[in-house]
Amino acid sequence: MTTYLEAITTTLAAAMRADPRVLVIGEDVAEGGPWGATAGLAEEFGAERVRNTPISEAAICGIAIGAAQSGLRPVVEIMFVDFVTLALDQLVNQAAKAHFMSGGQLTVPLVLRTQGGAGQRGGAQHSQSLEAWLTHVPGLKVAMPSTAADAAGLLTTAIADPNPVVFVENKTLYFRDEEVPAEQEPVPFGRARLVRSGRDVTVVALSRLVHESLAAAEELAAEGIEVEVIDPRTLVPLDLEAIVESVSRTHRLVVAHEAVRHGGFGAEIVALAQEAAFDQLDAPIGRVGAPFAPVPFSPPLEDAYLPGRAEVAAAVRGLV
Amino acid sequence: MADHAGLELLRTMWRIRVFEERVGQLVRADEVHGLVHLSVGQEAVAAGVCGQLGDDDAVYSSHRAHGHAIASGVPLGPLMAELMGRDGGLCRGLGGSMHLVDVEHGLLGATGVVGGNVPLALGSALAARLLGGDQVAVVFFGDGTVQGGIFAESVNLAALWRLPVILVCENNGFAEFTPRSAHTTVERVGDVVAPWHFDRETVDGNDVIAIRAAFARFLADARVGNGPFLLECLTHRLRGHYEGDPQHYREALAAEEWQELDPILRLQRLGHAEGWLDEDAPARLEEEARAEVEAAVEWARKSPFPPKELTTELVYAP
Repeated sequence: MTTYLEAITTTLAAAMRADPRVLVIGEDVAEGGPWGATAGLAEEFGAERVRNTPISEAAICGIAIGAAQSGLRPVVEIMFVDFVTLALDQLVNQAAKAHFMSGGQLTVPLVLRTQGGAGQRGGAQHSQSLEAWLTHVPGLKVAMPSTAADAAGLLTTAIADPNPVVFVENKTLYFRDEEVPAEQEPVPFGRARLVRSGRDVTVVALSRLVHESLAAAEELAAEGIEVEVIDPRTLVPLDLEAIVESVSRTHRLVVAHEAVRHGGFGAEIVALAQEAAFDQLDAPIGRVGAPFAPVPFSPPLEDAYLPGRAEVAAAVRGLV
Repeated sequence: MADHAGLELLRTMWRIRVFEERVGQLVRADEVHGLVHLSVGQEAVAAGVCGQLGDDDAVYSSHRAHGHAIASGVPLGPLMAELMGRDGGLCRGLGGSMHLVDVEHGLLGATGVVGGNVPLALGSALAARLLGGDQVAVVFFGDGTVQGGIFAESVNLAALWRLPVILVCENNGFAEFTPRSAHTTVERVGDVVAPWHFDRETVDGNDVIAIRAAFARFLADARVGNGPFLLECLTHRLRGHYEGDPQHYREALAAEEWQELDPILRLQRLGHAEGWLDEDAPARLEEEARAEVEAAVEWARKSPFPPKELTTELVYAP
């Protein structure tokens, strides 16, 4: 048994053992960070390769980009995805465009690890799901694992990738216990995981909503509705083929994520799916996401705000 | 000063001056496109700094990058072709004037976002250290950068980690269209970084010999892994912020005033006085530069525009 968080830690350690160019940079990373994702790395690899930084997200990100351009393979930690706002110039204007604007001369093999999501009473500045912004920037790749096994496999792939990868973890998944194979294979980008097979409705779910959708599927199975759950695992690149293949069997689609529904990545999936498989659809595509409001602090309000099993189940019932 | 060193500096400054004046003409002729920022009048900084660097040192530049590129050894044909958006350009026409990159000559990136280049140089310096090399990183920026948050974050980290990076500020007294005095009460950039207590020097930025000497001192120290350093060059941007800038915000210098300041004329006067420069050498250097720039223009004009597929081909590295 292992947790999502342990999977991150062991994968980072393995990558650092395998390649001396890999280094970890971020706030409090030498102390393990607030959840312990980098715990023990400083002890094994030293302070030069596990670099604690001041609270300077923009400079941290910029240094990592320069280091990547000059031959290192940095893994930056931005403690909360909410703080990626502070590093967006570096990420969007520098990292994402360096290869392109240099006519292919530069590469930026950078991983920016961060975590998002609500549910821990963090308030509106520590609870967001901002992945859709990042998917809108050509040049970035975006991974969003929902399980420990995928966290490990995708992180291995991300570190080996010659492009900047934003790796969005979810704080509420960190301590879930899971069985993982002893030998963890890298998970290729752009290949979705079929989480559950079902004949009636396809649910494409991201991150935490994968587990909520599975729970909804069990509930719906008791009602005789068989739900297929697909986890794209990476948003850029996106495995559209797997989604279209599933929809061509179920003829009904729901997309589900925790981010604000308005302008969320689900909208892109919906648009792509209807372009590719309009004739296969027997019902309008359902969308599950948070309302168009910041994450409220007050516990009952936050609980009501968060999309979960009930919202997915309701969206599915609405289609059959 | 040895004869050849002075001549080399003059040659570099003439190449920059003539190249940029030609670029100005080509902007008006609609052959060079986009937002073009010239460094005419500031050539001494690029020449005094870049000539001392090796191709494996990292140079980062700003939106005003042509001089740094030329002084780093970037070939003029591909440079001009880049400004024209041609396939033979340094960056195959995908970068343009503000985003020049020539990895072969150590130019790892000009950036169009003021201040965005500063932390990148720190990263290259960090890589040199961790990979065990003696390379240094140099970043050029204007005085307008210094009021941005990324500058303070970067200076703090460079000092904290003692990175072998040399910050070269071209203080031309204007941030775009506004004099420095309207943006800050701190006149000298050297004073802005004073609390970090690293070695810094403010020099006459139109005196290429002074720049060269100050930079050489920092470079020798950075080569053995020390840093950071700040070299502030007080200089003068003879042209507008960009080509086409009507410059309503400042008085033009009188011609005789500029004769005194012009870094090229100053070095030529010194060369004549010290006896290492013949009377007819300046005209010859200028003529050589003009011939080279004309050849670059012709080379660039012959290069085709890139294929349209290139736009989607180079988004991701394979």
